[in-house]
Amino acid sequence: MSQDQIVNKDDIVIRFAGDSGDGMQLSGTLFSDASALTGNDIATFPDYPAEIRAPHNTVAGVSGYQVHVGSHIYSSGDKCDILVAMNPASFKSQLKWAKRGATVIVDIDTFTDEAMEKAGYTENPFTDELERAYTIVRAPITSFTAKIGTEKGADKKTYDKCRNMFALGMIFYITHKTLDKTYAYLERKFAKKPEVVELNKAVLTEGYEYADKLELIHSHIIEVAHADMPKGRYRNITGNVATAWGLLAASERSGRRLFLGSYPITPATDVMVELAKHKSLGARVFQAEDEIAGICSAIGASYAGALACTSTSGPGLSLKSEALGLAVMVELPLVVVDVQRGGPSTGLPTKTEQSDLNQALYGRNGEAPLVVVAASSSANCFYWAYTAAKIALEHMTPVVLLTDGYLGNGSQLFRIPKTADLPSITPRLAKPNDPNYRPFRRDEEKYAREWALPGMEGLRHRVGGLEKCPDGPLSTDPENHALMTKNRQEKVNRVANYIPDQEVTGNPDGDLLVVGWGGTSGALTLAVEELNKEGKKVAYTHFNYICPLPKNTGDILRRYKKIVVCELNNGQFAGYLRTQYPECPMTQYNKVMGLPFEVGELKEHFNKLLNA
Amino acid sequence: MAERHFVPKSDIEYTKADFTSDQMVKWCPGCGDHAILSSLLNTFPKTHTKKENVCMVSGIGCSSRIPYYVDTYGFHSIHGRACAIATGVKLANPELSVWVNMGDGDSMAIGGNHLIHAVRRNQDLNITIFNNEIYGLTKGQYSPTTKFGQVTKTSPYGTIDYPFNPGELVMGAQGTFFARSLDCVPPLTTDVMTRAAQHDGASVVEVLQNCMIFNDKTHAAITDRAVRDDRTIVLEPGKPMLYGKEKNKGIRFNGRCLESVTIGENGITIDDILVYDETTEDTGIHMMLARMKGDLPVALGVIRNVKKPSYTQLYEDQMDEQMQNGKYKCVDDLLNSGDTWEV
Repeated sequence: MSQDQIVNKDDIVIRFAGDSGDGMQLSGTLFSDASALTGNDIATFPDYPAEIRAPHNTVAGVSGYQVHVGSHIYSSGDKCDILVAMNPASFKSQLKWAKRGATVIVDIDTFTDEAMEKAGYTENPFTDELERAYTIVRAPITSFTAKIGTEKGADKKTYDKCRNMFALGMIFYITHKTLDKTYAYLERKFAKKPEVVELNKAVLTEGYEYADKLELIHSHIIEVAHADMPKGRYRNITGNVATAWGLLAASERSGRRLFLGSYPITPATDVMVELAKHKSLGARVFQAEDEIAGICSAIGASYAGALACTSTSGPGLSLKSEALGLAVMVELPLVVVDVQRGGPSTGLPTKTEQSDLNQALYGRNGEAPLVVVAASSSANCFYWAYTAAKIALEHMTPVVLLTDGYLGNGSQLFRIPKTADLPSITPRLAKPNDPNYRPFRRDEEKYAREWALPGMEGLRHRVGGLEKCPDGPLSTDPENHALMTKNRQEKVNRVANYIPDQEVTGNPDGDLLVVGWGGTSGALTLAVEELNKEGKKVAYTHFNYICPLPKNTGDILRRYKKIVVCELNNGQFAGYLRTQYPECPMTQYNKVMGLPFEVGELKEHFNKLLNA
Repeated sequence: MAERHFVPKSDIEYTKADFTSDQMVKWCPGCGDHAILSSLLNTFPKTHTKKENVCMVSGIGCSSRIPYYVDTYGFHSIHGRACAIATGVKLANPELSVWVNMGDGDSMAIGGNHLIHAVRRNQDLNITIFNNEIYGLTKGQYSPTTKFGQVTKTSPYGTIDYPFNPGELVMGAQGTFFARSLDCVPPLTTDVMTRAAQHDGASVVEVLQNCMIFNDKTHAAITDRAVRDDRTIVLEPGKPMLYGKEKNKGIRFNGRCLESVTIGENGITIDDILVYDETTEDTGIHMMLARMKGDLPVALGVIRNVKKPSYTQLYEDQMDEQMQNGKYKCVDDLLNSGDTWEV
């Protein structure tokens, strides 16, 4: 190709779609890794069905993987510039995610009458209207892959698994990238099976060369701008792995053994799966018999002196409610990771939502305050897990860390920190044989009690769910209950003295304040940035500390006449802010579709508010 | 696999008083719990465990108040969850001697799942079930061990729930240690509790306990002095299973089931009597013994005691192996592992 055929762009979104098991996630990961290694910023997001292997060639079985690469990436992107559809069902169900004008690569060999009927097509899917709206590339992926597979002497089962490599090769050509990084990856991944390496490399190369011969594609070569990132060492990381690693780092820095008691639940399972690998770093993982035993074992481990955690998702958090109340009552450090999904009940297990906020804040009997924090990107799950552990250990309180399916499964570039540079963590350990030790004696500043561990001499004491007096014994005295209730609340309130002020970004003098929290920051940041570039005045504040809120929250909210609180639920954070700042009128922008925000819809809504 | 013991022993000669707390015991006068508490307090000195390393964990119910009355570390938790909490305590610090106390409702209704799984894993816990066949703290509703047909507050026409036999439940869950005692025989209770503590793995001791307020005399048919010797048998390892006031009755396996026979009658001699072996791996005979009632005497003492690596041992072995030979020595190693690049 000649250089003038190349279109330069800041970013590109590619969506790989096929049957569950077609290797779409691998194609996406290989592409994003290769992009990151060649200097792009990246974000990825898998969009997969709850069924492990739904019937072949059906819409229910379509699994998608979206990759966003470019110079400055906040999210996995809205609609895609390139769609790869490995069968009719994925073409049918995923086309809605393609921008008008997008390049759509289909494996034309799969468009048999039978497969089209299974996908729900009654007539030719490639209507004139579609042909006008998209550049549809009909690539004979299956037959080309079969040809190479047969040449290499592979059986059908083996070479059919390489179809994704053909599509990936085409994508590499279209995005003007070389194949060497992926060759190297394949050599590593299948080191023990040289014939598999050869086959995959051959199919990948064939896809690349096939694209080179296609006139249709030549006017669509896209060169994506390199990222301008702070210097440092980088890696790609998913939110769930980042969460697990943040907890490991907190364990190392605090000197407390890490304990995780959990039960498998989508989309949180990967936190446990990751930590289970790291016994060498002292991670004590316990797969419990149920969600309740998950948190209860963690509470027991916390009593015995561990940095204790439990990971779950919405329905699991419901099951943990009573035990969470116990953790509040006994004032032990505990980190509860809730990777939120669509609810209520089983809801949408593989889709994202922010609708567990009320449950995290209020979902217990009695006056049961605890700390709630939320991560806002896949990579910063590391820091928020670390922060949650730090607060739990230093303030002797359970902390709920809210992430979500979008952050947990999505991946992003992560600038690798040195653990020595992370803030220190000082657990509030009691001193053995301290004659003045009392189980619920508090310090003046934090109102936190001291942590006396079984095995320590001279500190024997009993804790439990029944109300105690500050010295330790049981008490049903009305005044004492009032005092203890007040103290537990005050302890949580005082965490606000140890957290940074809330910041306003975008145009702080804007006419509109956009408020977000948790996993929506990617789309919100971009929407606000683009509007300000277009000459609008929009301010933006994004919350990670949810309870307690940063102390200057009211000052910020009171500065704006127009406020819109954006969240993936029916307005839970908005309601929470209203109870604390009733003087501030707030509007809401909500979405409960199991999907993240799109930049387009946000801009449209903000424009409406600006013009009102 | 090398057998390991994790709980450090103490040279101090403790007495019962060392483990008695200063808290007022608030059970009803005459409650069987008093005697069980006393048996437990007598057990601790016999285990030679450092006092600071003893941790009591309980759920909710009358018996679950016990941590307050023992001068050790203690956790009075929530209904049914004692086994789960205790599992976490032991996993976080295997050097602790962890004791779980639960009632029949706590352990087999709301907490049934945690009990069977703690037992299945053979987690190193000393579990005592106070079985009074009733919900006492909520004032007299039927429990999972209440006798079929019994009238209680919530079964005014008699229960139609078939009761659990805790021993069968434990063995069904692949339990390695099960013993039974009576609240009114404290030396036997102390003896089985001491042996439970010596057992590596999950040990379950069922104590038949009387609730004189809501289920008085529920065990009287076997515990009354007048009938006790004829209605119960205390199992002794390696000895023929003999019982009765005259020690002339015995247990025989007739090829189909266990039966009670009398030596000297119908040609029965001591050679016909089963010799008790607590270590048989197969649960068959232990299950039959745990089930004995009616014409057969209720089995007391240690009914099953087999060796099997405990969860604690398996866990610590894996931890040690990985800590020594694992890929990563610190979190920085992990953060920089795999594909990384410099910008």
